[in-house]
Amino acid sequence: MSRDNVYKPDTATVTDIQLEAGGGRPIRTMTFQVDDPAERKKFLHKPGQFIIISYFGTGESVFAISSLPNEDGIIQVSAMKVGNVTGRLHALAVGDKVGVRGPYGKDFPVDEWKGKNLVFIGAGIGISPVRAVYQYVLTPEQRKNYGDVTLIYGARTPADLAFKDEFKEMDTRDDLNLWLCIDWKFGPKGPIEGNAHTDWPAINMSAPGDTVIPEGVNKFTAFVPQLVEVVKPKPENAIVVTCGPPIAIKFITQALAKLGWSPDQVYTTLENRMKCGIGKCGRCNVGDNYVCKDGPVFTQKEISEMFDDQ
Amino acid sequence: MAEMIIKKVRVDGLFEAMKGKDVYAPVTEDGISRFKLVDGTPNLKFKNSRKPPKEAFFPQTEKMFDLVKDGTRFVGAKDVPSRDKDIVMFGIRPCDGRAFNVLDELFNWDYKDPYYLDKREKATVIGLACTLPEMPNNNCFCTSMGGSPGSSEGMDMLWVDIGDSYYVESLNDKGNAILELGKGIFEESGDDIRSSAGKAIEDAANAIDRKLDTDGVRDALAKTFDNDYWAEFSKRCMGCGICTFLCPTCHCFDIQDIVKNGEGVRQRTWDSCQFDYYSIHASNHNPRPEKKNRQRNRVYHKFYYSENKLGLVGCVGCGRCINLCPVNIDIIEVIQGAKELGQ
Repeated sequence: MSRDNVYKPDTATVTDIQLEAGGGRPIRTMTFQVDDPAERKKFLHKPGQFIIISYFGTGESVFAISSLPNEDGIIQVSAMKVGNVTGRLHALAVGDKVGVRGPYGKDFPVDEWKGKNLVFIGAGIGISPVRAVYQYVLTPEQRKNYGDVTLIYGARTPADLAFKDEFKEMDTRDDLNLWLCIDWKFGPKGPIEGNAHTDWPAINMSAPGDTVIPEGVNKFTAFVPQLVEVVKPKPENAIVVTCGPPIAIKFITQALAKLGWSPDQVYTTLENRMKCGIGKCGRCNVGDNYVCKDGPVFTQKEISEMFDDQ
Repeated sequence: MAEMIIKKVRVDGLFEAMKGKDVYAPVTEDGISRFKLVDGTPNLKFKNSRKPPKEAFFPQTEKMFDLVKDGTRFVGAKDVPSRDKDIVMFGIRPCDGRAFNVLDELFNWDYKDPYYLDKREKATVIGLACTLPEMPNNNCFCTSMGGSPGSSEGMDMLWVDIGDSYYVESLNDKGNAILELGKGIFEESGDDIRSSAGKAIEDAANAIDRKLDTDGVRDALAKTFDNDYWAEFSKRCMGCGICTFLCPTCHCFDIQDIVKNGEGVRQRTWDSCQFDYYSIHASNHNPRPEKKNRQRNRVYHKFYYSENKLGLVGCVGCGRCINLCPVNIDIIEVIQGAKELGQ
């Protein structure tokens, strides 16, 4: 090529692998370092940006970057095993090679949020891009720039709950309000009342907002949008960062609206299917927005104004 | 702008002078023409190609990298060699020339696409105005989309058939370089020649019987996104994707790693928004799950999104999607129907 080839991945080496959640849909956090020291600086990212990882011979996939911004070419992603590339990534060992290109996309405007209260809401594997932002905000250098920080996260089953050790540690912090939940059990006709997790009490299913929170309890059996109604985060001088499956986002948005949040306070990241990541290949569009270039970070207000198929 | 003529009997001489360049020109086989690499002088009496000429810059399948192997595993990607030969695209019809403008914007937008630009920048586009009797084709409607049988947008040179000669306009340095190459072959033009060329173009424009009044299309589309209309017209769509593959401005592609006999390449291939696999998430959620979503996306991309994003409408009125649709979906009727609803 006579010019820089934006599609050319740099090689990177696996330095660490952690199993975050087991079961049929395991989640692993993988850490890579870009091999060529001269190329590492260009991988400095901002919270919310994404990276494209190659398993050479199988293909490329797009992942939210969950590591803290750095100039050492260190890239961490958490991936659920769902397809060809993630299947290969889950079989990686320390020392194996992958390809990386990026970082791409628009970041969360964390600097504009200084002085505000922040509420993070993650559902399922949607916690991964949200984690990139709360980890940044919770660093000693950044934490003092923000007001109250609340984190609400839920998964389908106890086995699906990711980052368990990390949450255990975060549960002891007094500068973070942590709330966790596990979905209701499912019967043939939908969710069944009762506890999915024996020592996590159920919320009031028919009227989540009326749930009385027992002293000292911050873990429940509930869907994430219901837990939002239980926690009742206040919209004054505050920002929400949320991500999850489209159905969860829909109900989280409705729950927030009930609590008085306006759509321009609610940030999310769309994770549409992508190939090029740079606004050429077409597929990630929502109306005239390319998620890869104009996003993936959008406010709910922006999303509500799109010609949105989903 | 330099104006010249070239006598038809002397076109061979120009093709001789262009030896050493990759010359793509229309080749007609079994009544169907297609732009191909040619050795000699093509027959310039042709109906426009079935497949658009975009494939010269954006091939249907293109190798991006050779995959590098270490033992039995692939561990990296190696660039393919840059091309060094100049390209001449000869006989490009005005609609397809205008389509190059759309592709140029897309592949230059923000990040530069090296595969497209490597070829595009080495190419000289010599257009051929649409004149009777070969053109217009059935369902041509360029004049409704801001074009004309004599448009030179997206070209470096435009030729117009005026009987025993072509009237030739060079539009820029690349065009002038062709004039230089054919020194002694091109001859001086004059006012009467220019007016014969103008007349030939006008006659072709008058022969275009399909019309689309594009006034108000954007306003109508802004209002009709949620209308059942899109489900109704797309019921008969089979999702074959031919409307997108044959569109001169469509540019969607897939990227795949292909391993054969132990050797691996990364390649890109044309893709289409008409397939469900195109947009399906890893979770199996599909933002465009039904034909109505996918057909609507195609229409909105051409007539709404493209203008917002690239400043250019994504349809040049070539008529290919109408001619080749197996279930007779007609983009002119689709847009007119949306306009009636949106009024």
